[in-house]
Amino acid sequence: MDNPALAPERQLDATTIDEATAYLQSEYAGAVTADDREGYQGVIIDRARLVEIARVIRDDLGFDYLSSATAVDYLGAGDHMEMVYHAYRTSGGGALVFKAQADRENTEIPSLVSVWSGADFQEREAWDLMGIRFPGHPNLKRILMWEGFHGHPLRKDWREAYYEEEQKPFDSRWPGGHVHRAEEKNVFGKNVSYPPEIDLNRLMDTSESAVYQSLGLGVDVERIMDKDGFETNELVVNMGPHHPSTHGVFRMVLTVDGETVTSLEPVMGYLHRNHEKIGERNTYLHNIPFTDRLDYISSMGNNHGYVLAVEQLMSMGRRYNPPTYRCEALRVMMVELSRIVNHLWAIGFWLNDIGAFFTPVLYFVQERERILDFFEAVAGSRMMCNYMRFGGLFADLPERIKSVSNLTNDRVRDYNTMQFLTEMINERIPRTIDDLERLLTQNEILLERSIGVGVLSRDDAINYSAAGPLLRGSGVAYDIRRAEPYSIYPELDFDVAVEEEGDMYARYRVRVAELRESVRILKQILPRLEATAGESIWADGKPGAYAPRIPHGEAYGRVENGKGELGYYLVSAGGRGGSANPWRYHVRAPSFINLTPMGIMSRGYKVADIVGILGSIDIVLGETDR
Amino acid sequence: MYGTGLAKGLLLTLRHFVESYADDIRYGFRKYHHSTDNFAIRQGTKTKGVITVQYPDEKVAVPERFRFLPFLIVEDEDHPTRAGKDWCTSCGICAKVCPPQCIWIVRGSDPNTGRPVPDPEAFFIDIDICMNCGYCAEYCPFDAIKMDHDYELASYNRTTHHIHDKKRLSKPNSYWRGIAPTRAYEEMLARGTWEHKDAAKEARRGTASSRSQPPRPASAQPAVAEAAAASEASAPAEATAPAPSVEGATPWSEDDAKREERRRKALERKARRAAKRGTAF
Ligand code: SF4
Ligand code: SF4
Repeated sequence: MDNPALAPERQLDATTIDEATAYLQSEYAGAVTADDREGYQGVIIDRARLVEIARVIRDDLGFDYLSSATAVDYLGAGDHMEMVYHAYRTSGGGALVFKAQADRENTEIPSLVSVWSGADFQEREAWDLMGIRFPGHPNLKRILMWEGFHGHPLRKDWREAYYEEEQKPFDSRWPGGHVHRAEEKNVFGKNVSYPPEIDLNRLMDTSESAVYQSLGLGVDVERIMDKDGFETNELVVNMGPHHPSTHGVFRMVLTVDGETVTSLEPVMGYLHRNHEKIGERNTYLHNIPFTDRLDYISSMGNNHGYVLAVEQLMSMGRRYNPPTYRCEALRVMMVELSRIVNHLWAIGFWLNDIGAFFTPVLYFVQERERILDFFEAVAGSRMMCNYMRFGGLFADLPERIKSVSNLTNDRVRDYNTMQFLTEMINERIPRTIDDLERLLTQNEILLERSIGVGVLSRDDAINYSAAGPLLRGSGVAYDIRRAEPYSIYPELDFDVAVEEEGDMYARYRVRVAELRESVRILKQILPRLEATAGESIWADGKPGAYAPRIPHGEAYGRVENGKGELGYYLVSAGGRGGSANPWRYHVRAPSFINLTPMGIMSRGYKVADIVGILGSIDIVLGETDR
Repeated sequence: MYGTGLAKGLLLTLRHFVESYADDIRYGFRKYHHSTDNFAIRQGTKTKGVITVQYPDEKVAVPERFRFLPFLIVEDEDHPTRAGKDWCTSCGICAKVCPPQCIWIVRGSDPNTGRPVPDPEAFFIDIDICMNCGYCAEYCPFDAIKMDHDYELASYNRTTHHIHDKKRLSKPNSYWRGIAPTRAYEEMLARGTWEHKDAAKEARRGTASSRSQPPRPASAQPAVAEAAAASEASAPAEATAPAPSVEGATPWSEDDAKREERRRKALERKARRAAKRGTAF
């Protein structure tokens, strides 16, 4: 951060969000106006003064953490592009939402990377998918699509290759029902176009500099390549996208001097499916199972963030019943179980990365399997849980976790659900965490591999919008469950895990501590479940509608997921009765944004450490690439 | 002392090793003889060893709420008045809630008047696109579409096999009550009858009191007993003629027929083995 300590005399007496926005409006009258669209919040800042005012927001008002920066295309509703920023204080509290608008043609909004480095990838994403240019951005290249991609797919007038209709449900499904495959109507190969300036022949060029330079990396390939002979020991190394250590199709291009990394550039998008475009074609309800596929290790948490965002919107309308207490308790239980699954998985695979191949992870997976079996019995699926609904859940716990034998599947199990949970929470999971610690925490090899490696300083962690264990491992006690509590977390007793060192070992320690805190929460949930047994999970006793209409407005629902802050930014452009499909559906994916500081975290370490550093960030590509 | 951390970890590994084999000895190596009796205990919360399931020799029976591809419910063949009739009324709700939009329904119409009738003329699900979310089953107001438990559907050709038509999708009501007795029972309580909503309504109106059975008593849990009966009746080992298989799906292409045939034979072999051992299958 270029402006670390706040000089006391500059600190303003604007403690609440309202005071902060009032201050901005009075101090910068003309440049800052309140966003008074129905159901919207925050301020709109004149883009000419955006950088200057953003500095004030960060330094004078203390909103030092830029959580999310994303764009919305208001085609037909003002015909402008809008960047929406959510800034928070790491001391806790709500968001200061500010926006900047620009025309749809030749859209330019100044880059905020100089204020918050965490805006880097998010602005690149906005350029890639929305076509907004950010003057001042150090490396404004496409990030999820390749550079031969035609157009900016999240713009409202852009249509995908297998386009059918603007919004679901499609008319051809019922009552006419003319079954067809998408590729029969849009023949593959004929349904794509290339930007006129792209030279398709160049794509056949496999020379080194063509391969790397087409990617628009920050790595200066020419400088290194041009040196002839062997005078230099600096060279470019490509890791991935099919590399066993990258946890999926993820690629890193590094320059190394001998074995020491001098720069690193993450390359992603190999698993990109434009989740957000799909989400905007979908109805609100359709999106829940799609969120399962983001961070597929903890789908319960993904569901939770999304239903919270939609419930925020619903609460602006009439006739909204918040979920019942039992429903909230069940949600928290499921999410905490997912967190345990996530951290066991993260630690296990991180160990794989640093060389403890598969023995530890398989010990931890035993508990994971049991938790997933429980999810399967309750929600119907082990990983793609699709469990939460707006204002409720798919179903209450079954009385028994039971299977019925049939001809093909004959290994039957039958447990009492509450007894199973009690034994898991009181005995098995704590025992596994003890084992995990016995196996690892004092293991000398692990200590030597991880202490002092991959260091991310406290200031950098905040500045780069790191989230989750990555942020807390760098000494920032920021956990959304405490900083901006949701659901029934305020009444639960738990501590925010935090470690000061900022290295791989600190992140490991944070995860272990969070495992224990999750068990502590679960122990408090059990009596709450028993006390509410028999209570409905729906406020009015019956399941919600299959096509809810959501009132006009915007919402940002965020939860502390296993990998960090998972946020959903939603815009509903409904008229009076509300809308069945979201106008804008954006996912603030922790795995994606946590990669922003990967470059600075790796500089100066060895190639073998890079693998471990990536593992200690804990990413999942379903969420990174979306 | 340097190395104690390592040694502790190695002891833990040793403990896991010993516990796993201790478990095998405790149960007399029965898991290697296709015995199912201690499966629930060994996969439960009390077990200590590292126990895996030897798929495909051992197959875990999936819980009732498990969801894998939808199927349509039709009346059983022995239903007195509605044998073979679809429960689906082609209301279209499942096609609307389906997130990837993989359901196509042709609503039936009266040949004389052309007015829509509550009966699907055709029903397709593209199983390549289906994301197994379970919404169709959750929101169907007539309990006519349900999620299946049969997950072994690999085939060689995507273009000829993977759009399931109505024939392929339809399975008898007794099949559903067999795979998910508790849920079928709960649904019955919600409907107030074991019969289809509309059929029961008709019966109540008294239009034809003899055409439909009165709702069965909800006191005992008949579903469980019936389910057992249903699965027994269709167990291939006891079936003399190729009785309607429990899947209820008629093979609809040559490959499928072969696949079904292979599977049926495997099951028969398994049943014979089980009978020889005298254990419950
Ligand atoms: S929702 Fe049920 S009744 Fe309606 S069309 Fe679908 S299967 Fe048929
Ligand atoms: S399970 Fe989901 S995706 Fe599959 S057919 Fe039903 S609604 Fe569609």
